Amino acid sequence: MKPRPFTYLAPTSVDEALAALAEHSFDAKVLAGGQSLAPLLNFRMASPEYLIDINDVAGLDRVRRVDGGWHIPALVRQRTVERSPELRAAFPLLPAALEQVAHPQIRNRGTVCGSLAHADPAAELPTVMTALDATMRVASVRGEREVPAEEFFQFHFTTSLEDDELLVGVTVDDLPPATSTGFAEFAPRHGDFALAAVAGVVTRASDGAVGAVRLVASGVAARPQRLTAAEKVLLGQRPTPDVVGAAERAARGEVDPTGDIHASADYRRHLVGVLARRVLTTIAEEGDHA
Amino acid sequence: MGPGVREPTTTVTVNGARLVANLDARVTLLDALRDRFGLTGTKKGCDQGTCGSCTVLVDGRRVLSCLTLFAQCDGRQVTTIEGLADHPLRAAFIKHDAFQCGYCTPGQIVSAAALIREGRAGRDEDIREYMSGNLCRCGAYPRILAAIREVASGAHA
Amino acid sequence: MTAEAIAEAPVRPVEATPGKQPMIGAPVRRREDRRLITGQGRYLDDLELPGAYEAAFVRTPHASARIRSIDTTAAARLPGVIGIWTGADLPELVKPIPPKVSNPLLRDMPRYPLPPERVHFVGEPVAVVVAESRYVAEDAVELIEVDYEVLPAVSSTTAALAPDAPRVHDELDDNVAIHVTQVAGEPEEALRTAPHRLSERFVIARGGGHSMECRGVAARYDVGTGQLTVWPSTQSPHYTRNMLAYFYGMDEDDVRVVVPRDSGGGFGPKAQFHGEDAVIPYVAMLLRHPVKWIEDRSENFVATMMERNQVHHVEVGFDDDGKLIVVKNVFEHDQGAYCAGLQVPMITLSTLPGQYRIPNIHTELIGCYTNMVPTSSVRGAGRPQAVVAMERMMDRIAEHLGLDPAEVRLRNMIRADEFPYKVGLTFRDGSPLTYDSGDFPSLTKAVLARFDYDGERERQALARSAGRLVGIGLGAYVEGCGLGPYEGARLRLTNDGTVLVTLAATPLGQGYETIYAQIASDAMGLDMEHIAVATGDTSRIPFGQGSFASRTTVTAGSATLQAGRELREKIFEVAAVLLGAPAEELCFQGDRVCAGGDPGRSVSLRDIVQVSNIGKHGITMPRGVPAGIEVTSYFSPERASYASGIHAATVEVDPDTGQIKILRYVIGHDCGNVINPLLVDGQVLGGFAHGIGNALYEESFYDDAGQPQSASYLDYSLPSAIEVPKVELVHQFTPSPLNPLGVKGAGEGGTIPVPATIANAVEDALRPFGARITSLPITPAKVFAAMTATNHR
Repeated sequence: MKPRPFTYLAPTSVDEALAALAEHSFDAKVLAGGQSLAPLLNFRMASPEYLIDINDVAGLDRVRRVDGGWHIPALVRQRTVERSPELRAAFPLLPAALEQVAHPQIRNRGTVCGSLAHADPAAELPTVMTALDATMRVASVRGEREVPAEEFFQFHFTTSLEDDELLVGVTVDDLPPATSTGFAEFAPRHGDFALAAVAGVVTRASDGAVGAVRLVASGVAARPQRLTAAEKVLLGQRPTPDVVGAAERAARGEVDPTGDIHASADYRRHLVGVLARRVLTTIAEEGDHA
Repeated sequence: MGPGVREPTTTVTVNGARLVANLDARVTLLDALRDRFGLTGTKKGCDQGTCGSCTVLVDGRRVLSCLTLFAQCDGRQVTTIEGLADHPLRAAFIKHDAFQCGYCTPGQIVSAAALIREGRAGRDEDIREYMSGNLCRCGAYPRILAAIREVASGAHA
Repeated sequence: MTAEAIAEAPVRPVEATPGKQPMIGAPVRRREDRRLITGQGRYLDDLELPGAYEAAFVRTPHASARIRSIDTTAAARLPGVIGIWTGADLPELVKPIPPKVSNPLLRDMPRYPLPPERVHFVGEPVAVVVAESRYVAEDAVELIEVDYEVLPAVSSTTAALAPDAPRVHDELDDNVAIHVTQVAGEPEEALRTAPHRLSERFVIARGGGHSMECRGVAARYDVGTGQLTVWPSTQSPHYTRNMLAYFYGMDEDDVRVVVPRDSGGGFGPKAQFHGEDAVIPYVAMLLRHPVKWIEDRSENFVATMMERNQVHHVEVGFDDDGKLIVVKNVFEHDQGAYCAGLQVPMITLSTLPGQYRIPNIHTELIGCYTNMVPTSSVRGAGRPQAVVAMERMMDRIAEHLGLDPAEVRLRNMIRADEFPYKVGLTFRDGSPLTYDSGDFPSLTKAVLARFDYDGERERQALARSAGRLVGIGLGAYVEGCGLGPYEGARLRLTNDGTVLVTLAATPLGQGYETIYAQIASDAMGLDMEHIAVATGDTSRIPFGQGSFASRTTVTAGSATLQAGRELREKIFEVAAVLLGAPAEELCFQGDRVCAGGDPGRSVSLRDIVQVSNIGKHGITMPRGVPAGIEVTSYFSPERASYASGIHAATVEVDPDTGQIKILRYVIGHDCGNVINPLLVDGQVLGGFAHGIGNALYEESFYDDAGQPQSASYLDYSLPSAIEVPKVELVHQFTPSPLNPLGVKGAGEGGTIPVPATIANAVEDALRPFGARITSLPITPAKVFAAMTATNHR
């Protein structure tokens, strides 16, 4: 349980960090909170020649208000987001999901962007950011680009980041009025990776019908999966128990998980339906009382 | 150690004492505390970030020292069990017999001290939840809970 | 002292000297505590061994393979590497590690510390690297190339017993390590004629000890004295010493095994001798330099012994009243790649009948070799499995007859006036299996009262009518504990006037420094503050067994009591001479021995030790004063004493997810007399947490090729503070007549019946579905599968 040797680089600006990434690209790994990377290093499952520690990079550690939304830069810790009154008010989905992420010690160091760049398909944050239709801000010496969450997460532990690119932050747009959100997961123990999780964002029209919906599941595919069939069931309908039940069945039908030591494929599929129903039921009640 | 390894000089304040070391960059804070500085109160339970035995405070926040590189702690304040000399949790742990083999205990106490300061030790469910990163195979959980509850409520005073 | 002699005397706790506060039975806070909460505990990896090299092992990634060649050249060139040895490089160590508990019927296969040719489970060590640091040692391990011929493997008893199964050991014609049957009465005939018969198959998964401190060993060889000092993290220092002396061909006095003062938990696996224990001291001797190996958690997951995997085929016959006529239990025991000891299945064999009067018993063990890490005892040690087999069937009997499960149990329980009760089977030491004492019905009734059993049943009915899945489970057990052969205590007056209690047994968190001072205090009538306790050093006491099987308070406790009484007499013998007073008039007052209660006529322990132990060079001893105030006493129990208990639980199952929530849990516990109730409660609660893991969470998965699938606590769910619910304790104290303290073991009772109790409760909750719970741990996925299976009926 000791990492292989590596060269440690500690840039102090984004430009320095990007230059180091450009120089070492494939041979380098970026270290932010390290809560996903450090175990991989200890297990010798990751063995970069260069470790680019961005913790000393200035200007990446504060959440800030941007036009029509919030920007969470690369060094913002999960705990900061979990306990931020502004973000809690803007996106209750974030603390709801973050409280399920591992344990306080992990969240104190782990960053939001680090979890996104790690792209564990069972992790909470990629799912939630996909549901929130967040935008990844990606930089390299070649310039900056924006990537929607749905394009960012590609496969198990794989994103659309190029080897020389750094995820400098994630931007989440304000939710439209009459929008409710919900998150539910099922894990063997609290803090474990979920067997399945569902995040939902629902905007109601003036008549109470669902005007827009994003329903995303984790633990069932190699990346967060939009539950598009369930979304179709909901669109234009009031989320009555019958409609929610239909969405549950649709969600169950559209996922194709694999089984493993913790849960069979059948059980995961069943869980996605249950979790979708629970999320939608909460959202429906909240919307009805709004 | 292999060729090309840069050994950064790291200055860290541990329990109020300023310490400087030049260590292989891959050395974790946990190994540095134990092997370099002789602060063996912090325990290694898994080296995988899953048991909480190695919990220390960095700049007042509880973190896992096995998942933290020593080099990352340059300029930081680190507090270990040895630095919590007068914390009321110690007496409360004794009073409630909140440990048996004692191996996870330093991590439990450091973690609990942070939890109380975070202000989230008000309800038993919260204590359970926010202490769930600290495993105890001796199974002293109900008594750890009792000790934390007592200190958090100020009843120990 | 024979059991009968004690049994005739009124059995009661030892009394303290009149006027002295009794320490036995007092909730004394632990002496160990202060150092442990300040970070001053000294565990193995905290020892200061300046300049010690560190070791790492190359371990086979294949469950069954032949080693063709090992190339260490690249690794040997790495700066900082001190030495590398393969099994072939160390022919002196190619000796089998004998099973800790054997049986003439065992087909024993050799387990080598560092096998030179053939490996049988993933994680088995094949080479050792010693380097200047563990970092470098691990770098070197990666550079060692091993060429394996990979062979087919088996990773379950079912696979091992299949007709065309690959053979774990080439030398055997099948994978059966041992096949033993025990019979009482006429079970086959009874099964044929019983009015009712039920059968079921239960599977209990593998799980580990998972002490928070992993294993490890450090060693230093002193060329000048020829003495090897070894510091292992073990439960059994003398066993380790004896094994090392055997391996190295050394006198046992030249091998000193010292267990560090603090141990980060044992739970069974640390009572075993693992290959690394032989390798590390040996290379330290070769190098003439201290070497340390601290197992990391990744190694712990694959190379530290485990337990629990058994498949039970149980059949019961009973009458219309639910009275048991016969039980037949045929079980497959997963022995792993080698037999490290037969204690676990032998305990299962004899634990099966539990608290019940069963005239006809057939219990049959089929021990299998599999390509997995060998089996050792893990807290509970074969008993949880037996209790699952028996207690699950008690519920099935009740269900079949439409009777209440508590009532069925009470109808079958051995009565308090039937002790000593002969079960009809043979214990593992060959003696007739005999329960010493207990009162099963009264403890059961006390637990049911505390649980408000009738009220719980009413609440369950209400919940059910509201569509909730609420169930109630009971689980009764006996625990053979306080096992022989013996344990010793050496009491000595030291030069500063302290009574030093030296034990061979070594603590793992049970508070020995406190408990044994309590016992010695009452035995001597001397205040605890003048008594110190030392443990775990083979140079301080020559013989010992270790801390396992909930045996130490019985054995070492009784030895301490005997030795304390004798030491008191010896001290008084000296004081009588010095004070010119008869010994009968003497008593302790603080650190002084006082005649007739008169502080003016007293002598201090320091004065006494000055005369009798330190002496004056060349000067004759005063007449009547014995030299050397020291007593060593060994206590050998005639047979096991039996602790007992019954647990009661209410659970609720989430029909959506299969998740199980424990609503209430009551533990009834009888471990005889109690030395320190605070610490006994801690043991029971802690054991319960382990039982919760076994019941609901913990499983060491292996795939069909014998590859471990649980390599971290992300995949192996150890219970945390959230998973362990609140518990209510009910105590009963039925003294054991088999030892002068009247005590029984307390370390495992909290664990033993939890899987059975929770399984009973879950199946009860699912009774509206008719779902069957037959596999442990009971994960939500399994509950879901059970509900789905019955839905489709």
